[in-house]
Amino acid sequence: MSMKPNAKTVLDVKDLQTYFKTDAGIVKAVDGVSFSVREGETIGIVGESGSGKSVTNLSLMRLIPSPPGKIVGGEVIFEGKDILKLSEKQMRSIRGKKISMIFQDPMTSLNPFLKISTQMVETIRLHEKDVSKQEALERSIDMLKLVGIPSAEKRIQNYPHQFSGGMRQRVMIAQALSCNAEVLIADEPTTALDVTIQAQILELIAKLSNQMGTAVILITHDLGVVAGMCDQVCVMYAGRIVEKATTDELYARPSHPYTEGLIKSVPRMDTTKKGNRLFSIEGQPPNVIDLPPCCPFHPRCHKAMEVCRQAYPLVKDLGKGHEVACWLFAEESEKQRALNEANIKEKAE
Amino acid sequence: MSIEKRKPLLEVRDLKQHFPITSGAILQKQVGAIRAVDGISFDVYPGETLGIVGESGCGKSTTVRSISQLNKPTSGSVIFNGIDLVKADTRTMLKARLDIQMIFQDPYASLDPRMTVRSIIAEPMVIYNNRRLLETPMSPMDIERRVEELMERVGLNKAFKNRYPHEFSGGQRQRIGIARALALNPKIILADEPVSALDVSIQSQILNLMADLQKEFGLTYIFIAHDLAVIQHISTRVAVMYLGKIVEISEAVQLYDNPLHPYTIALLSAAPIPDPKIERERKRIILTGDVPSPDKERIGCYFYDRCPKKMPWCSCHIPPMLDINEKQQVACWLYDKRDLSKVTMEEAEADAAKTASEKT
Repeated sequence: MSMKPNAKTVLDVKDLQTYFKTDAGIVKAVDGVSFSVREGETIGIVGESGSGKSVTNLSLMRLIPSPPGKIVGGEVIFEGKDILKLSEKQMRSIRGKKISMIFQDPMTSLNPFLKISTQMVETIRLHEKDVSKQEALERSIDMLKLVGIPSAEKRIQNYPHQFSGGMRQRVMIAQALSCNAEVLIADEPTTALDVTIQAQILELIAKLSNQMGTAVILITHDLGVVAGMCDQVCVMYAGRIVEKATTDELYARPSHPYTEGLIKSVPRMDTTKKGNRLFSIEGQPPNVIDLPPCCPFHPRCHKAMEVCRQAYPLVKDLGKGHEVACWLFAEESEKQRALNEANIKEKAE
Repeated sequence: MSIEKRKPLLEVRDLKQHFPITSGAILQKQVGAIRAVDGISFDVYPGETLGIVGESGCGKSTTVRSISQLNKPTSGSVIFNGIDLVKADTRTMLKARLDIQMIFQDPYASLDPRMTVRSIIAEPMVIYNNRRLLETPMSPMDIERRVEELMERVGLNKAFKNRYPHEFSGGQRQRIGIARALALNPKIILADEPVSALDVSIQSQILNLMADLQKEFGLTYIFIAHDLAVIQHISTRVAVMYLGKIVEISEAVQLYDNPLHPYTIALLSAAPIPDPKIERERKRIILTGDVPSPDKERIGCYFYDRCPKKMPWCSCHIPPMLDINEKQQVACWLYDKRDLSKVTMEEAEADAAKTASEKT
C-alpha cells in the first residue's frame, strides 16, 4: 500500500451511466458513478452482487453487450480523451494494451483449445505489430516468470487445462500485464480461489502495481481483501457509489448506514466474541428495474427518514476526500427543499 | 462445560472414501483411486457445532456426504446412536438417517426448479411417511401444517408456499433449504457451505438464523466453510482438513489463539481481516505451490510438499494424531516427543524401510 497524493490521475470516470433495456423495464445497472484512479494507486470497488461493480468496469472497457446494454451518459477520461467517444478501432488500441482486465473466473477466460504461448503471443503481437514472434514468446516467458510460474519455458507450451486454478489466474495476470498496461482492472480476481492461493495472487498484484506504477481497480465483495490491498474504496449499492473514502478512513469512520452494516455484518477472526449475534442488514437488495427516485437503501436502513423515501440523497464531502451519499449528512434546508420538490412532482403527476 | 465426559452423538472412525479412476473404453479397469477422504476419525457431541475448514478439494464435502451415506464409504465406520451406518441394512440406515439432514451449498442447484416450495419442504416427510419409517404417521393435513410452521420459523412468508424456487432470492432459497432440513426434526444437521454462495449482508442473516435454530431445537451441526472467520463465529470445535486428512482438530478458541499445524498457521495468516491497520502490520506466511492431486498413495506427511517447516523425517512417515492437551489434537511430527529435526534423510528412509518390512 502506498499513498501517492501527487501522482497523476490516469483514469477519470465522471457520472457514468449504463442502462440495460429488458422486457420488464429499464435496468439502471450503473447510474452516475464517478471516481478517479492515480498512477500506482489501487482503488477498490465493493458491493453485493447486482450492485453494478462489474458493469462499471465493463463500461470502462467498452465491453457492454449492446443491445441490450448501452452507456447512456458520462465520460471516461484517459490520456486526455474521453474513451467513450472513440471509434471501435481506436478503442481496440487501448483495450488490452493500456487498460487491461483480469476476469473473475480463470477457468473460463482462457481459450481451452490454444496453448498458453499462442494466446500470449497473440496478445502482444496484436498490440505491437513490430514485435517478432520470437521476441513476443521471450517476453511472454519473462512475464510468466515474473508472476511466479515455475519452469516457464516448458509450461508456456501447455494448454490451460494443465494448469490449476491459481496458476491459470497467474497466466491471466501475466497476459494482462504483458503490454505494460497503465490501468489494470481486476474483476474479483480471487473469488474462485482458495485463501492460501488468494494470498499469493493478491501479493503478486500489489507487487506488480508497486514496481510498474500500474493503477489497479480491484472489484471485490470481500472487505478483508479491500482492507489489505486498496488505497481508496468505493462502496456501491444499486448502481451508485454510496460512499467513497480512503481505506483507513472508511474502516475507521464508515458513514453510510449500508457501509456500516456491511462492515459490522462480517464475522471477524481477530475480535469477534463467541456467541454474539452478528449484526445483519435485514431484507434483500432492491430490484433495480425502474427504481423510484429515492434512496435505494431506505427499506433496509435503520435510520431511514421521510426524505429518504422521496429523493435520492445528495453527495456530501466529509473532508479528506470522504464522500457519502446519505441524507443523514445533509443540511435541514436541503432536506426540506428535496421534500418540496418531490411533492411538486407528485402533484404534477 | 466439559464436552469430554458426554457421550458422542456421532463417531467417525477411520473413514475412507476413494473414487476409482478407470481406463479403457469397453473393458473398464481400475487404474487408481482419488483418495478424497483418506482415513479420518472424529467425534461429534450433542449440541455442539463442529466446523470443518480446508481448501477446495480437501475432502470436506465428501466427508459429510459419506457420513450421510450419500456416497457409500470405501471403509471405516460412522456410528450414530449406536448404529454403524456403513454396515447397517438399508431400512435401519434410513431410519437412523431421519435424524441426519443436510443443507447444501448452492441454493440455486439444490432445489428442484419444477417443485413448489410446499412440495420441496414436504418431500422428506412424504417420503418417510410413504415408506412407513415415521413413528407416528402423518396425514396430509399434518404435513401441510408442518410446512407452514417451518416456513414461518425460517422467516419465509407462508403465503408464498405455492411459488417456485426461481421466484426467490439466494438468501430466501437457502431458507427453504433449511426448512427442508428441519422437516423431520433431525438431531444433527450437516451443512455443506451453506453461506458461501451468499452476499455478505445475507450471509449474516442466515448465520444468525442457524444459531437461533440450534438454541431452539438443540441441534448439532457439522458446518463446512472455507471462510475461516465464519467458522470461528459459529463453531465450538474446528477440524482443519488437508488432502483428505484431518491435520488439526481442537476447540475453536484454542485453534484461533494458538494454531499448531504449519498448515493451520498458514491458513490463518492468509485469511484477510477487514481492518486496514491490522492488515498492513500482519505477517503473512505465503505457501508456495498448489494442493497436490489426491490420486497417489502417500508414504509421508500429506502436507510435505508445501510445508515451510518440513524435516527429512516427514517425507516418509505419516504423522499420527497427537494429543497436545485435552482440547487440541494435531497431526504433525513437530509435536512428537522425540526431536526429529536432526534426523537425516538417510536415517529417516532407513527407519521407514524397517517399519515397512516389519509390517510385511
